[in-house]
Amino acid sequence: MTQTYTASARTRAGTLSGIAALILLVVAIVLPSFASRSLIQDLFFILTMLTLAQFWNLLAGYTGLVSVGQQAFVGFGAYMLFGATILWGVNPVAALFMSGVFALLLAIPTAFFAFRLSGAYFAIGTWVVAEVVRLCVAQWQAVGGGTGTSMPRDARDAMWGVEWIEILFDVRSSAARDILAYWLALALAAATIGGIYWFLRTRRGLALAALRDNVEAAKSTGVDATRMKWIVFLVAAFGTGIAGGLIFMQNGRISPDSAFSVTEWTAFVIFIVVIGGIGTLEGPIIGVLVFFFLQELMADFGAVYLIVLGLLGIAIMLFAPTGLWGFFAKRTGIALFPTQRRLETKR
Amino acid sequence: MIWIETIVQGVLLGGLYALFAAGLSLVFGIMRLVNLAHGDLIVMGAYLILVVVSVSGLNPFFAALVAAPFMFTVGWILQRAVLNRTLGEDILPPLLVTFGLSVVIQNTLLEGFTADSQRLSMGPLETASVNVGPITMGTLPILTFGSAIVVILVLNWIFYRTAIGRAFRATSDDPVTASLMGIRPDRVFATAMGLALVVVTIAALYLGTRSNFDPYVGPARLIYAFEAVIIGGLGSLWGTLAGGIIIGVAQTLGAAINPEWQILAGHVAFLIVLLVRPRGLFPRAFD
Repeated sequence: MTQTYTASARTRAGTLSGIAALILLVVAIVLPSFASRSLIQDLFFILTMLTLAQFWNLLAGYTGLVSVGQQAFVGFGAYMLFGATILWGVNPVAALFMSGVFALLLAIPTAFFAFRLSGAYFAIGTWVVAEVVRLCVAQWQAVGGGTGTSMPRDARDAMWGVEWIEILFDVRSSAARDILAYWLALALAAATIGGIYWFLRTRRGLALAALRDNVEAAKSTGVDATRMKWIVFLVAAFGTGIAGGLIFMQNGRISPDSAFSVTEWTAFVIFIVVIGGIGTLEGPIIGVLVFFFLQELMADFGAVYLIVLGLLGIAIMLFAPTGLWGFFAKRTGIALFPTQRRLETKR
Repeated sequence: MIWIETIVQGVLLGGLYALFAAGLSLVFGIMRLVNLAHGDLIVMGAYLILVVVSVSGLNPFFAALVAAPFMFTVGWILQRAVLNRTLGEDILPPLLVTFGLSVVIQNTLLEGFTADSQRLSMGPLETASVNVGPITMGTLPILTFGSAIVVILVLNWIFYRTAIGRAFRATSDDPVTASLMGIRPDRVFATAMGLALVVVTIAALYLGTRSNFDPYVGPARLIYAFEAVIIGGLGSLWGTLAGGIIIGVAQTLGAAINPEWQILAGHVAFLIVLLVRPRGLFPRAFD
């Protein structure tokens, strides 16, 4: 009797969580019909930060590209959205795609430059690139120069789907815009997580996971590390750019300082990933929830929550470097998004 | 003539950046620690000097002398208790922990001192100037530049002429072998960080007297400091001074062409140097 083996990443926990994720997604889609506006706004915040965190995690957690300059893509994507709507009259929803494309275009020269550097130099180099982009954008008078600008009223009103949402839920146009932004954020976050999950279960994804675990060993089995870095850096820039465009489309106002904030779009994102657990898909989800509840819990104490966040990040990095999810997974062996292959016997 | 004056102003500005960077260069050179809280530590030093001045009424220069031992202790404890645990092959732990420190320091200062901008007053010295031939130079910028030279001379003397300096160099080159020779790398690193924070205090003095500061100005200072260190090359203090001067001259030249290009010109100069020499101009140590 011959036995054949197949490698599979399927587990029971994975199947269950896959079903749970689908149910959650359906609930999230119909949520605006009964949820309050503030809940929708909170969820928008969570979903966009989650997207940024997933992409940073993809960069740092899998290919070791510890970038401190992701705000370049958030800000550039957001500014391109404003530029496209103000100067060329593009519908903001359509302009989101341009946010991604322009961020991707920015990522190409950035990568040529930054990939010459390694480790700490890479981190600082990406940060300086982000500063250069910020200072250049601040010279762009058509979108308000250094002080920034607001989305014009007619562009705001023309957003695809807003009228339909107004009628569907019987809400005002401002609430309808929030719902639209929320749905887009939901789609983006779901596509990001789903896409990364799918990618990690392909052959290329296996190469990526191998790189995460041991660069030298991965190279010796034929993984092209440079090519993986390029793919990951460009994909992360594309997604980060769309997220940036979406964040500022919902905000309605943009300025160079807010769009290129290193604290908000990189430091907080790094905290989210590390607190949750770097190098896993589950980590950023846990991290963003911790981040959000911390913010809610201490909303009345001003800057204290940032102090607590900083201390929590430091403590986790020192004492549980695999993050909350890593700590949990090591003890239970559970993976909600299983990417590890196991051998299965088929008779 | 105006160009020469611009370049001289740039060189003097470079002295300030070299002061910001000297402490960073020291810890980066010895333990490869990317300290993202360095800028915030400078701002913290400036507030400390401010407190000493307002409590005792001392001149800021003497207040800095009072603040320096305190800052040394802060650095020593910080390194022993926290930062030593982050050192290793992976650069993420030091990066995240110092990012965390940066956020903690900024917001603690914000809670303690509000967001109002502050300044250390030097009296008439602030506006004094010296004429050298046809060029007018501010006394304070000259003093800053002189301090940068003295700081680097002293650090180099410690580095190459003393026992602790030998320990610095040995642990920088190879911590494992150094510890076989009876050196305790964790203590050496703590001393290095303490020393770096003494330099930070001097940098804070000039930060506070030459411009306004508030709890949030740290990261902008940090980025110039890092640029100076990287341009100069890992472990070379004179290289750091050269890096500071390159940034300073690029900034004043940029500002002379268009005031809005000042900071941009500095960053572009940094990117060009890094593109041509990815390891900086005068690297002493190798990675």
